[in-house]
Amino acid sequence: MRWLAYVRPGDWLVMAGGAALVGLTLPMLWQGGFAERAIIRQDGQVFAEFELGSRRDVAVPGPLGITLVAIESGRARVVADPGPRQYCVRQGWLARPGEIAICAPNRVSVQITGRTRTYDSLSY
Amino acid sequence: MTASVTELTITAEDRRVAWLATAAVTLSLVDAAIPSPLPGVKPGLANIVTLVVLIRYGWATAVWVSGLRVLAGSLLLGYFLAPGFFLALTGTTLSLLTLGLARQLPGRWFGPVSLSILAAFAHIGGQLLLARLWLIPHNGVFLLTPVFAAAALVFGTINGLIAAKLLADTPAAEPAR
Repeated sequence: MRWLAYVRPGDWLVMAGGAALVGLTLPMLWQGGFAERAIIRQDGQVFAEFELGSRRDVAVPGPLGITLVAIESGRARVVADPGPRQYCVRQGWLARPGEIAICAPNRVSVQITGRTRTYDSLSY
Repeated sequence: MTASVTELTITAEDRRVAWLATAAVTLSLVDAAIPSPLPGVKPGLANIVTLVVLIRYGWATAVWVSGLRVLAGSLLLGYFLAPGFFLALTGTTLSLLTLGLARQLPGRWFGPVSLSILAAFAHIGGQLLLARLWLIPHNGVFLLTPVFAAAALVFGTINGLIAAKLLADTPAAEPAR
């Protein structure tokens, strides 16, 4: 490789240092922990809580009808909702701690939590 | 006709800075045209010019060329004084300071590749800090740090190699255009 001729001995050291830095920052990708549980709420009350382990479908009754929630390993989503605008359905899969899909018309929400609690808002 | 009160004398150094800054601005435009999967991850081709200038003409010229590049580049791309401008300015300032320090390293051991990688890390580090302190005051900003750091390492190495090749291919006497 003729490109290697331009790399001086110390450059390898800097490259290794850079790679080490990348390695050290890698855990930042998982800050807030892994997605571990899904909390389904109905009218503000906890309706059900599931480990994000095996596949399952949950039917949540609300004032407009049934909201269908699917749980899979590591992720969850709202499959169907009787609400008019379908925002929570279109949000798709929720896979990170702190993510939440709210089907306001039917008063159902699906929230993902991890090991550590994350905040969805802070006020001072 | 009255003689002009102020006389601007254009030195060879001025012309050289203008030429080099033009080259850097052109590369900035090329940079902006390359599609990026993530804002903040881009090759930073203009830094090749900064490196060549630094090694061939010294730190002061590199500061001039970089400063003009950020200014003219932001005007051409339409983000002058927008958040992106301050991000670019912070990144450039930090990488220039780093280059000023790194230049003192023994040249036998540390070449353009080292300088390029160090500058790239300083650049993204400065941008992340400004973003955290000013634009998005939340630690979520640091979520993608590994991605940015990896990009800095990869593009820093590639740009350093290109700069090294340019320096080796063009003899020192000829002013680089």
